[in-house]
Amino acid sequence: MSIKQLSVFVENKPGTLYGLTAVLAQNGIDMRALSVAETNEFGILRIIVDDPYKTATLLREAGYVYSITPVLGVAIPDVPGGLNRVLQVLTNERINVEYMYAFLGGKESDGAYMIFRVADNAAAAAALSARGIRLVDQEEIAAL
Amino acid sequence: MERYYQPEIECASREQIKAWQDERLVKQVKHVWDNVPYYRKKMEEKGVTPDDIKSSDDLYKLPFVTKADLREAYPYGLVAKPLKDCVRIQSTSGTTGKRVVAFYTQHDIDLWEDCCARAIVAAGGSNEDVCQVSYGYGLFTGGPGLNGGSHKVGCLTIPTSSGNTERQIMFIRDLNATILCCTPSYAAYIGETMKEMGLTPDQIPLKAGIFGAEAWSEEMRQDIQNTLGIKAYDIYGLTELSGPGVSFECSAQTGMHINEDHFIAEIIDPDTGEVLPEGSQGELVFTSITKEAFPLLRYRTRDICVLTREKCPCGRTHVKMSKPRGRTDDMLIIRGVNVFPSQIETVLLNHGYPANYQIIVDRVKSTDTLDVQVEMTPEMFTDNLGEIDRRQKELVDGLRSMLGKAVRVIDKRKI
Repeated sequence: MSIKQLSVFVENKPGTLYGLTAVLAQNGIDMRALSVAETNEFGILRIIVDDPYKTATLLREAGYVYSITPVLGVAIPDVPGGLNRVLQVLTNERINVEYMYAFLGGKESDGAYMIFRVADNAAAAAALSARGIRLVDQEEIAAL
Repeated sequence: MERYYQPEIECASREQIKAWQDERLVKQVKHVWDNVPYYRKKMEEKGVTPDDIKSSDDLYKLPFVTKADLREAYPYGLVAKPLKDCVRIQSTSGTTGKRVVAFYTQHDIDLWEDCCARAIVAAGGSNEDVCQVSYGYGLFTGGPGLNGGSHKVGCLTIPTSSGNTERQIMFIRDLNATILCCTPSYAAYIGETMKEMGLTPDQIPLKAGIFGAEAWSEEMRQDIQNTLGIKAYDIYGLTELSGPGVSFECSAQTGMHINEDHFIAEIIDPDTGEVLPEGSQGELVFTSITKEAFPLLRYRTRDICVLTREKCPCGRTHVKMSKPRGRTDDMLIIRGVNVFPSQIETVLLNHGYPANYQIIVDRVKSTDTLDVQVEMTPEMFTDNLGEIDRRQKELVDGLRSMLGKAVRVIDKRKI
């Protein structure tokens, strides 16, 4: 049920992100979601793309250091309290969220999505599904 | 008025100094020939015997001694006295593998402390002064050397050693310290801290500072002098020769007088080993002519500088050396600690990093900084920021434990 996120090591200096997005742009990679975690000296760029394997190959060839991290994609109803409900489920199950970030759906979608990085994907997925919260998989992300 | 610790020596005629050097060198060469097989072998290889050394004019005939010799002879190979006659060792920071361990008889320590006492008196010190020694104590020669010199002068000595800057400042103020001995970068740091506390130079009792063990510029001297309201004096030395006090600055502040009754200085061409005339820039070479336990003949310091015998307004007659203008090898001196790239490499490899790195040495706010930039490898990379941070801290700890201080590590992908 998980989605393959690419985590890319980036130096914290002007032009680093541009270099990376240029590689993706030149090769027709479509980004669905993006988040950056940073320290003073470096950052980790986390991206969800339409084709993670092709992207991984491109990054490796371009000399980037990256890893593939399984994360959960959750469809959040675009109403007040939508995220709150999701977090309530995870809290009840005592599942810790390492990080999360949001993105809007594609052209046809009117909903929002969130990416969750948790210690135990399977447990989180089961708990969310049991409460009627919809998870999105790799194919759905690619098709957005 | 200029004062001297040992005026009859410090202001002796050039002829007298030469006579001391001639007599002591001949005696020293015989001493090492008789007692140090390592030296005898080196001399035999060069076809020299003690009979060839009749005065200091024959010094050039002797083989050089290098740091490599000291390492090869570690620990006892160059000791010229029975260990029962030795009372102390001091040691270098031991950066390229083995440390250099220098041995001292009580007589050696006395003479070393005399040299430091000369430096303190040259900086205006007397038994009316309170001398705070903020050099590290221990194997490092800085603390013990100036401590001994301070006692000889009769100063009230505050042995704070290095670190704990708040306490340093407290003692300076509460006990009215008038002379501060430490590394120049630490003096600058103390000065900046006092400034931040709102203290002006006239509220600081210090009048002089004796700063050495690392390279510092004229600009830095001005900064320290202005911030602390003192006169800042340079001091030079090497553990191999005794420690600080091989040479020291006088009120003229235009070079450091070498204690020529104990050390003969030469300037050589580092490539050919040829002795260069006075005024030439080259590698500084020392021969210790009074050391009993650990005498060194023609020791190559790898410091590049210039000697001058021009008459000094202070009245001292001993030759002056310029501040070292560089090193003949790749050794870095960071806050008084010797650092070699090879050491850094060892630590990186031990922590699983590739031997692909950059070392960036800088000076920020008068303090030496050493940045090590290492490559992030796919094997080490993780999506977890905390984990990367933890590994970086482990590496910094590893470097610090080997180098002492002054290290910061940056992960960089592309080097």
